[in-house]
Amino acid sequence: MGTDHRAVWVIAEQINCHLQSVSLQLIGQARKLADQLGTLVEAILLGDKIEQPARQLIAAGADRVYLGNAPELEVYQPELYTQIAVNLASEQQPEIILIGSTDMGRELAPLVAAHLKTGLTAHCIDFVLDKELILEQRIPAYGGLLSIVCPEKRPQMATAAKGVFATPEPDDSRTGEIVLIDIPTDLPGRVKTLEIIREEPQGVPLETASTIVAGGAGAGDIDGWKDICELAAVLNAALGSTRPAVDEGWAELETMIGQSGKMVSPEVYIGVGLSGEQQHMVGIVGARVMVAINNDDKSPIFEQVDYGIVDDCRKFLPALIEQIKQYEEKKNTCE
Amino acid sequence: MLNIVVCVKAVPDPKEACNIKIDPDTKTLLRCDVPLVLNPLDKHAMEAALQLKAQFEARISVLSMGPPEAGNIVKECLALGADQGYLLSDPAFGGADAYATAFTLAKGIRKIGSFDVIFCGMASSDGSTEWVGPEIATFLGLPVVTLVKKIVECKGASWIVKASVENGYRLAQVKLPAVFTVTRELNTPRTLSFSGIIKARKKDIDHWSLDELGVSSESVGLKGSPTIVSELNAQEENKRQVEILTGTREEKTDMLVQKLVEAGVI
Repeated sequence: MGTDHRAVWVIAEQINCHLQSVSLQLIGQARKLADQLGTLVEAILLGDKIEQPARQLIAAGADRVYLGNAPELEVYQPELYTQIAVNLASEQQPEIILIGSTDMGRELAPLVAAHLKTGLTAHCIDFVLDKELILEQRIPAYGGLLSIVCPEKRPQMATAAKGVFATPEPDDSRTGEIVLIDIPTDLPGRVKTLEIIREEPQGVPLETASTIVAGGAGAGDIDGWKDICELAAVLNAALGSTRPAVDEGWAELETMIGQSGKMVSPEVYIGVGLSGEQQHMVGIVGARVMVAINNDDKSPIFEQVDYGIVDDCRKFLPALIEQIKQYEEKKNTCE
Repeated sequence: MLNIVVCVKAVPDPKEACNIKIDPDTKTLLRCDVPLVLNPLDKHAMEAALQLKAQFEARISVLSMGPPEAGNIVKECLALGADQGYLLSDPAFGGADAYATAFTLAKGIRKIGSFDVIFCGMASSDGSTEWVGPEIATFLGLPVVTLVKKIVECKGASWIVKASVENGYRLAQVKLPAVFTVTRELNTPRTLSFSGIIKARKKDIDHWSLDELGVSSESVGLKGSPTIVSELNAQEENKRQVEILTGTREEKTDMLVQKLVEAGVI
């Protein structure tokens, strides 16, 4: 095995001792890159009582796991997590560090990158090595694809969202090394996580929904948005949104689909009052049937769907909802 | 006296941003004269500062890095109620990635001198990286909490805030001075008032160039950016053959219901 290149790293994440799926997906990417570079895949995993998830990382393709296993690491602690990652990376000098775009990852990644005085590319959808074996970090933008590189500084760092990459098949016969790491004690103690509270999500979860109704700025106002919510409800669909709808305050951040939001793969997607901007559309992977409702017949969304309705969604949606309800009623009386 | 710095960015109007495209031949950006506006999330950062000022004796400084036109959004923040505006503008600052942007803003904050609380929007609508706030904190050696959706306790030098996590929240305790990046859930931004616009006429904007900031041109802008765009490709979008359903509204709903039945949705 060539030793020209240092290892490819993944900063993995667990919640209540369960690995985040994006961590395994990034191990798959790290494996691909490390094989081409002739180097190792290494992961950092921090938490409490997490030997099992550490073995899962190895089964997914990691050669070595740096394991911080202690009660004070149970939940994300910004100073502690940053310090551990920065210390280890300064010592081991990995070639690449990949991090999931989770709530934790989106805070931890820039903290680690700034400490290491290196670049960080957000929300990548593809990783490719160029001729000089520099990492091309690809992101969608402006109706095209940008390749971002970090030619001089190391490590090359990037985040990616859950669901962009496939989860590798676990191979329980794979072996790897688990290295227990020391926990720093000399921290300034200026920021501390007191607790993290999570609730069971309401409604149909976006990631697994077979039908998604997504709305955008074309809803016009909160009443227009309520119509989109009602359409989702009558179709028993999950509700999705675009960044402008979130910025307007109509939709929760959790419902945002796209490059900086969630990646989804429904059977049927219905986009209402949105223009088909790439940042949103890139989040919809392999939908079988796509429908758009938009009042502008020139909107780019109509080049990306199977069925289009050119109409004012404020007027069209109430009529459609009524029609669907009537259809359901008729169906029920027939049964 | 609580010294608050709000970092703001001029972004292409998000409502028209979809008009910015890559020219497939020249591989350059076609901007189509999309106007620059105050980044939507920065309005929430500004509002957070204004609400603190209503409770405590506070001074709000607004800081932006950008082309001279970005002075307009600094003026807008002065009209909203900020006390002093600062614009970091120099050709050398151009082409900055998040790292070089945060480095330059951190230098600006140091030059402003007094800061207890620094607010940033969690992301900009054009870059969408979310890195600038935490990187500013790192360069200034300050703690940071990102994605703040509620300020629970803000009396004294130790704050408690709620940060957004998926399906819940993280409660964090922070000692000032500190950086906070805010989500839109934190508040409802106020709109400009006529009296605010009149008052803003008397307020100053300090323009600081590379020399005034006292940094080397190697550490800012494109030269100071660890990351660069290596390629800009017009992508073959996932085009589909669209069938536009036409007719009266009733005919259209009928046809769509039929399509949804065929697709197995209803």
